[in-house]
Amino acid sequence: MSATVAMILALAVGTYAFRLVGPVLHGRVELSSRVRELLSAGAIVLLVALLATGALTADGGFAGWARPAGVLVGGVLAWQRAPFVVVVLGAAGATAVLRAVGVA
Amino acid sequence: MMAPLARMTPLTPLVRDSALVWLASGVVGVSFGAIAVAGGLPLWVPVVMSLIVYAGSAQFSAVGVLLAGGGPLAAAATGLLLNTRTAAFSLAVADVIGRGRLTRLLGAHLVTDETVAFALAQPDPARRRAAFWISGLGLFAVWNLGVLAGALAGDAIGDTAAYGLDAAFPAVLVALVLPALRENPAVRRSALLGAGLALAVTPAVPAGVPVLVALAGLAGYGSTGGRRTA
Repeated sequence: MSATVAMILALAVGTYAFRLVGPVLHGRVELSSRVRELLSAGAIVLLVALLATGALTADGGFAGWARPAGVLVGGVLAWQRAPFVVVVLGAAGATAVLRAVGVA
Repeated sequence: MMAPLARMTPLTPLVRDSALVWLASGVVGVSFGAIAVAGGLPLWVPVVMSLIVYAGSAQFSAVGVLLAGGGPLAAAATGLLLNTRTAAFSLAVADVIGRGRLTRLLGAHLVTDETVAFALAQPDPARRRAAFWISGLGLFAVWNLGVLAGALAGDAIGDTAAYGLDAAFPAVLVALVLPALRENPAVRRSALLGAGLALAVTPAVPAGVPVLVALAGLAGYGSTGGRRTA
Protein backbone atom coordinates (compact mmCIF):
# COMPACT_ATOMS: atom_id res chain seq x y z
CA MET A 1 0.00 0.00 0.00
CA SER A 2 2.92 2.37 0.56
CA ALA A 3 3.57 2.25 -3.20
CA THR A 4 0.04 3.56 -3.71
CA VAL A 5 0.70 6.35 -1.19
CA ALA A 6 3.87 7.26 -3.08
CA MET A 7 1.97 7.24 -6.38
CA ILE A 8 -0.73 9.56 -5.05
CA LEU A 9 1.85 11.90 -3.51
CA ALA A 10 3.93 12.01 -6.69
CA LEU A 11 0.85 12.74 -8.76
CA ALA A 12 -0.32 15.38 -6.29
CA VAL A 13 3.04 17.15 -5.99
CA GLY A 14 3.69 17.03 -9.73
CA THR A 15 0.23 18.32 -10.59
CA TYR A 16 0.48 21.12 -8.02
CA ALA A 17 3.90 22.07 -9.42
CA PHE A 18 2.38 22.39 -12.89
CA ARG A 19 -0.40 24.55 -11.46
CA LEU A 20 2.06 26.78 -9.61
CA VAL A 21 4.03 27.69 -12.73
CA GLY A 22 1.76 30.62 -13.59
CA PRO A 23 1.17 32.05 -10.09
CA VAL A 24 4.89 31.77 -9.18
CA LEU A 25 6.14 33.46 -12.34
CA HIS A 26 3.45 36.12 -12.22
CA GLY A 27 4.91 39.41 -11.05
CA ARG A 28 8.50 38.09 -11.16
CA VAL A 29 8.85 37.78 -14.89
CA GLU A 30 7.72 40.71 -16.98
CA LEU A 31 5.77 39.32 -19.92
CA SER A 32 5.33 41.36 -23.05
CA SER A 33 1.77 41.94 -24.22
CA ARG A 34 2.57 39.71 -27.18
CA VAL A 35 3.46 36.80 -24.87
CA ARG A 36 0.35 37.40 -22.73
CA GLU A 37 -1.76 37.37 -25.86
CA LEU A 38 -0.18 34.08 -26.94
CA LEU A 39 -0.81 32.58 -23.49
CA SER A 40 -4.50 33.45 -23.71
CA ALA A 41 -4.69 32.12 -27.25
CA GLY A 42 -2.79 29.01 -26.14
CA ALA A 43 -5.34 28.35 -23.41
CA ILE A 44 -8.17 28.55 -25.95
CA VAL A 45 -6.22 26.26 -28.31
CA LEU A 46 -5.84 23.73 -25.46
CA LEU A 47 -9.52 23.94 -24.54
CA VAL A 48 -10.61 23.42 -28.15
CA ALA A 49 -8.24 20.46 -28.51
CA LEU A 50 -9.64 19.02 -25.27
CA LEU A 51 -13.21 19.36 -26.45
CA ALA A 52 -12.41 17.95 -29.89
CA THR A 53 -10.57 14.91 -28.54
CA GLY A 54 -13.12 14.57 -25.73
CA ALA A 55 -16.00 14.65 -28.20
CA LEU A 56 -14.55 12.27 -30.77
CA THR A 57 -12.13 9.91 -29.07
CA ALA A 58 -12.03 7.47 -26.16
CA ASP A 59 -9.02 5.35 -25.20
CA GLY A 60 -7.16 6.36 -28.36
CA GLY A 61 -9.98 5.32 -30.72
CA PHE A 62 -13.31 6.63 -32.00
CA ALA A 63 -15.77 7.35 -29.18
CA GLY A 64 -18.81 6.08 -31.12
CA TRP A 65 -21.56 8.20 -32.68
CA ALA A 66 -23.71 9.10 -29.68
CA ARG A 67 -21.18 11.33 -27.95
CA PRO A 68 -20.04 13.46 -30.93
CA ALA A 69 -23.66 13.76 -32.08
CA GLY A 70 -24.62 15.15 -28.67
CA VAL A 71 -21.68 17.57 -28.65
CA LEU A 72 -22.69 18.67 -32.16
CA VAL A 73 -26.20 19.41 -30.89
CA GLY A 74 -24.61 21.46 -28.09
CA GLY A 75 -22.40 23.23 -30.62
CA VAL A 76 -25.33 24.18 -32.84
CA LEU A 77 -27.24 25.47 -29.81
CA ALA A 78 -24.20 27.48 -28.69
CA TRP A 79 -23.76 28.87 -32.20
CA GLN A 80 -27.35 30.11 -32.04
CA ARG A 81 -26.49 31.75 -28.72
CA ALA A 82 -28.72 29.49 -26.66
CA PRO A 83 -28.24 29.84 -22.90
CA PHE A 84 -25.42 27.79 -21.36
CA VAL A 85 -27.85 25.49 -19.54
CA VAL A 86 -29.65 24.69 -22.80
CA VAL A 87 -26.36 23.95 -24.58
CA VAL A 88 -25.12 21.55 -21.91
CA LEU A 89 -28.41 19.79 -21.23
CA GLY A 90 -29.10 19.61 -24.97
CA ALA A 91 -25.80 17.84 -25.58
CA ALA A 92 -26.18 15.41 -22.69
CA GLY A 93 -29.85 14.80 -23.52
CA ALA A 94 -29.21 14.08 -27.20
CA THR A 95 -26.45 11.61 -26.34
CA ALA A 96 -28.58 9.94 -23.67
CA VAL A 97 -31.53 9.59 -26.05
CA LEU A 98 -29.32 8.16 -28.81
CA ARG A 99 -27.92 5.60 -26.39
CA ALA A 100 -31.39 4.76 -25.11
CA VAL A 101 -32.47 3.90 -28.67
CA GLY A 102 -29.39 1.78 -29.19
CA VAL A 103 -26.85 4.09 -30.88
CA ALA A 104 -23.47 3.56 -29.24
CA MET B 1 -21.73 31.39 -22.77
CA MET B 2 -20.29 34.82 -23.05
CA ALA B 3 -23.54 36.30 -24.31
CA PRO B 4 -25.60 36.00 -21.11
CA LEU B 5 -22.60 36.47 -18.82
CA ALA B 6 -21.41 39.56 -20.58
CA ARG B 7 -24.75 41.27 -20.58
CA MET B 8 -25.48 41.01 -16.89
CA THR B 9 -23.25 42.39 -14.18
CA PRO B 10 -24.65 40.41 -11.23
CA LEU B 11 -23.08 37.11 -10.36
CA THR B 12 -26.33 35.17 -10.53
CA PRO B 13 -25.88 33.92 -14.12
CA LEU B 14 -22.31 32.94 -13.32
CA VAL B 15 -23.39 30.96 -10.27
CA ARG B 16 -26.24 29.39 -12.23
CA ASP B 17 -23.98 28.29 -15.08
CA SER B 18 -21.27 27.14 -12.69
CA ALA B 19 -23.83 25.17 -10.70
CA LEU B 20 -24.65 23.10 -13.78
CA VAL B 21 -20.97 22.20 -14.18
CA TRP B 22 -20.76 21.47 -10.43
CA LEU B 23 -23.72 19.13 -10.72
CA ALA B 24 -22.27 17.28 -13.73
CA SER B 25 -18.86 17.06 -12.05
CA GLY B 26 -20.44 15.86 -8.82
CA VAL B 27 -22.09 12.96 -10.66
CA VAL B 28 -18.80 12.10 -12.35
CA GLY B 29 -17.12 12.32 -8.93
CA VAL B 30 -19.63 9.85 -7.51
CA SER B 31 -18.81 7.47 -10.34
CA PHE B 32 -15.06 7.92 -9.75
CA GLY B 33 -15.40 7.05 -6.06
CA ALA B 34 -17.63 4.10 -6.85
CA ILE B 35 -15.35 2.71 -9.60
CA ALA B 36 -12.27 2.96 -7.39
CA VAL B 37 -13.88 1.21 -4.41
CA ALA B 38 -15.75 -1.34 -6.50
CA GLY B 39 -12.42 -2.16 -8.17
CA GLY B 40 -10.97 -3.09 -4.78
CA LEU B 41 -9.11 0.05 -3.68
CA PRO B 42 -9.55 1.17 -0.07
CA LEU B 43 -11.94 4.05 0.53
CA TRP B 44 -9.21 6.57 1.36
CA VAL B 45 -7.51 6.19 -2.04
CA PRO B 46 -10.15 7.95 -4.19
CA VAL B 47 -10.97 10.39 -1.37
CA VAL B 48 -7.41 11.55 -0.64
CA MET B 49 -6.52 11.51 -4.31
CA SER B 50 -9.43 13.80 -5.15
CA LEU B 51 -8.45 16.26 -2.43
CA ILE B 52 -4.74 16.54 -3.19
CA VAL B 53 -4.47 15.64 -6.89
CA TYR B 54 -7.82 17.18 -7.83
CA ALA B 55 -7.84 16.49 -11.57
CA GLY B 56 -10.65 14.35 -12.89
CA SER B 57 -9.15 12.85 -16.02
CA ALA B 58 -5.78 12.16 -14.36
CA GLN B 59 -7.51 10.50 -11.41
CA PHE B 60 -9.57 8.22 -13.67
CA SER B 61 -6.46 7.30 -15.65
CA ALA B 62 -4.27 6.67 -12.61
CA VAL B 63 -6.92 4.52 -10.92
CA GLY B 64 -7.57 2.75 -14.21
CA VAL B 65 -3.89 1.86 -14.51
CA LEU B 66 -3.81 0.69 -10.86
CA LEU B 67 -6.90 -1.47 -11.25
CA ALA B 68 -5.56 -2.94 -14.47
CA GLY B 69 -2.43 -3.98 -12.57
CA GLY B 70 -0.18 -1.46 -14.34
CA GLY B 71 1.69 -0.52 -11.17
CA PRO B 72 2.02 2.77 -9.26
CA LEU B 73 4.84 4.17 -11.40
CA ALA B 74 2.84 3.84 -14.61
CA ALA B 75 -0.22 5.23 -12.83
CA ALA B 76 1.65 8.34 -11.66
CA ALA B 77 3.29 8.87 -15.06
CA THR B 78 -0.05 8.58 -16.87
CA GLY B 79 -1.70 11.08 -14.55
CA LEU B 80 1.19 13.55 -14.71
CA LEU B 81 1.28 13.47 -18.48
CA LEU B 82 -2.43 14.32 -18.56
CA ASN B 83 -1.86 17.22 -16.17
CA THR B 84 1.02 18.93 -17.98
CA ARG B 85 -1.56 21.15 -19.69
CA THR B 86 -2.39 22.75 -16.33
CA ALA B 87 1.02 24.47 -16.47
CA ALA B 88 -0.06 26.31 -19.61
CA PHE B 89 -3.46 27.04 -18.07
CA SER B 90 -1.90 28.40 -14.88
CA LEU B 91 0.17 30.82 -16.98
CA ALA B 92 -2.95 31.99 -18.80
CA VAL B 93 -4.87 32.71 -15.58
CA ALA B 94 -1.94 33.84 -13.40
CA ASP B 95 -3.16 37.45 -13.31
CA VAL B 96 -6.75 36.31 -12.82
CA ILE B 97 -6.07 34.37 -9.61
CA GLY B 98 -4.97 37.38 -7.57
CA ARG B 99 -1.95 38.84 -5.78
CA GLY B 100 -1.42 37.63 -2.20
CA ARG B 101 0.83 34.67 -1.49
CA LEU B 102 -1.95 32.57 0.09
CA THR B 103 -4.34 33.54 -2.71
CA ARG B 104 -1.88 32.28 -5.29
CA LEU B 105 -1.10 29.07 -3.40
CA LEU B 106 -4.81 28.26 -3.01
CA GLY B 107 -5.82 29.47 -6.45
CA ALA B 108 -3.19 27.33 -8.16
CA HIS B 109 -4.88 24.20 -6.81
CA LEU B 110 -8.18 25.29 -8.41
CA VAL B 111 -6.75 25.54 -11.96
CA THR B 112 -8.79 23.10 -14.03
CA ASP B 113 -10.08 23.00 -17.61
CA GLU B 114 -13.47 24.26 -16.46
CA THR B 115 -12.31 27.11 -14.20
CA VAL B 116 -9.96 28.39 -16.91
CA ALA B 117 -12.73 28.20 -19.51
CA PHE B 118 -15.15 30.05 -17.23
CA ALA B 119 -12.59 32.72 -16.37
CA LEU B 120 -11.43 33.37 -19.94
CA ALA B 121 -15.03 33.63 -21.16
CA GLN B 122 -15.55 36.78 -19.06
CA PRO B 123 -15.21 40.23 -20.58
CA ASP B 124 -13.28 42.07 -17.85
CA PRO B 125 -10.69 41.37 -15.12
CA ALA B 126 -13.11 41.66 -12.18
CA ARG B 127 -15.51 39.16 -13.64
CA ARG B 128 -12.68 36.88 -14.73
CA ARG B 129 -11.49 36.73 -11.13
CA ALA B 130 -15.01 36.17 -9.77
CA ALA B 131 -15.65 33.44 -12.34
CA PHE B 132 -12.39 31.67 -11.51
CA TRP B 133 -12.98 31.64 -7.76
CA ILE B 134 -16.73 30.96 -7.78
CA SER B 135 -16.55 28.13 -10.30
CA GLY B 136 -13.31 26.84 -8.75
CA LEU B 137 -14.33 26.71 -5.09
CA GLY B 138 -17.71 25.22 -5.93
CA LEU B 139 -16.17 22.64 -8.23
CA PHE B 140 -13.63 21.62 -5.58
CA ALA B 141 -16.36 21.20 -2.94
CA VAL B 142 -18.80 19.31 -5.13
CA TRP B 143 -16.18 17.09 -6.77
CA ASN B 144 -14.80 15.95 -3.42
CA LEU B 145 -18.22 15.44 -1.85
CA GLY B 146 -19.26 13.45 -4.91
CA VAL B 147 -16.18 11.23 -4.73
CA LEU B 148 -16.75 10.61 -1.01
CA ALA B 149 -20.41 9.75 -1.61
CA GLY B 150 -19.51 7.40 -4.46
CA ALA B 151 -16.76 5.72 -2.45
CA LEU B 152 -19.19 5.16 0.44
CA ALA B 153 -22.03 3.99 -1.78
CA GLY B 154 -19.93 1.59 -3.81
CA ASP B 155 -21.43 0.86 -7.19
CA ALA B 156 -24.83 2.52 -6.78
CA ILE B 157 -24.82 5.00 -9.63
CA GLY B 158 -24.37 2.73 -12.62
CA ASP B 159 -22.93 3.87 -15.91
CA THR B 160 -22.85 7.69 -16.25
CA ALA B 161 -22.64 7.27 -20.03
CA ALA B 162 -26.37 6.50 -19.97
CA TYR B 163 -27.00 10.14 -18.93
CA GLY B 164 -24.83 11.49 -21.75
CA LEU B 165 -22.47 13.13 -19.26
CA ASP B 166 -19.51 12.34 -21.50
CA ALA B 167 -21.06 14.71 -24.06
CA ALA B 168 -21.80 17.37 -21.43
CA PHE B 169 -18.15 18.26 -20.72
CA PRO B 170 -17.09 18.90 -24.34
CA ALA B 171 -20.33 20.91 -24.71
CA VAL B 172 -19.42 23.02 -21.66
CA LEU B 173 -16.12 23.88 -23.33
CA VAL B 174 -17.85 24.59 -26.68
CA ALA B 175 -20.18 27.05 -25.00
CA LEU B 176 -17.34 28.78 -23.15
CA VAL B 177 -14.81 29.08 -26.00
CA LEU B 178 -17.19 29.87 -28.84
CA PRO B 179 -17.26 33.64 -28.20
CA ALA B 180 -13.45 33.83 -28.37
CA LEU B 181 -13.46 31.76 -31.56
CA ARG B 182 -16.16 33.91 -33.08
CA GLU B 183 -14.52 37.23 -32.39
CA ASN B 184 -10.87 36.49 -33.13
CA PRO B 185 -9.89 34.93 -36.47
CA ALA B 186 -6.28 34.33 -35.36
CA VAL B 187 -7.45 32.35 -32.32
CA ARG B 188 -9.92 30.47 -34.50
CA ARG B 189 -7.22 29.50 -37.01
CA SER B 190 -4.87 28.37 -34.25
CA ALA B 191 -7.56 26.41 -32.43
CA LEU B 192 -8.82 24.58 -35.51
CA LEU B 193 -5.29 23.74 -36.62
CA GLY B 194 -4.43 22.58 -33.10
CA ALA B 195 -7.57 20.45 -32.75
CA GLY B 196 -6.85 18.83 -36.11
CA LEU B 197 -3.30 18.00 -35.04
CA ALA B 198 -4.51 16.64 -31.68
CA LEU B 199 -7.07 14.38 -33.36
CA ALA B 200 -4.53 13.19 -35.92
CA VAL B 201 -2.00 12.05 -33.31
CA THR B 202 -4.50 10.64 -30.78
CA PRO B 203 -4.32 7.01 -31.99
CA ALA B 204 -0.52 7.05 -31.91
CA VAL B 205 0.51 8.76 -28.66
CA PRO B 206 -0.24 8.39 -24.91
CA ALA B 207 -3.23 10.22 -23.41
CA GLY B 208 -2.36 13.82 -22.55
CA VAL B 209 0.06 14.29 -25.43
CA PRO B 210 -2.52 15.19 -28.13
CA VAL B 211 -3.58 18.45 -26.46
CA LEU B 212 0.07 19.42 -26.00
CA VAL B 213 0.65 18.79 -29.71
CA ALA B 214 -2.31 21.11 -30.33
CA LEU B 215 -0.24 24.04 -29.06
CA ALA B 216 1.67 23.82 -32.35
CA GLY B 217 -1.55 25.27 -33.78
CA LEU B 218 -0.35 28.62 -32.40
CA ALA B 219 1.81 28.70 -35.54
CA GLY B 220 -1.44 29.70 -37.22
CA TYR B 221 -1.73 32.70 -34.92
CA GLY B 222 0.43 34.87 -37.12
CA SER B 223 2.58 37.83 -36.14
CA THR B 224 -0.21 40.35 -35.97
CA GLY B 225 -2.47 38.12 -33.94
CA GLY B 226 -5.59 40.10 -33.45
CA ARG B 227 -7.26 41.74 -30.57
CA ARG B 228 -6.71 40.35 -27.11
CA THR B 229 -8.64 37.15 -26.82
CA ALA B 230 -9.81 37.13 -23.26
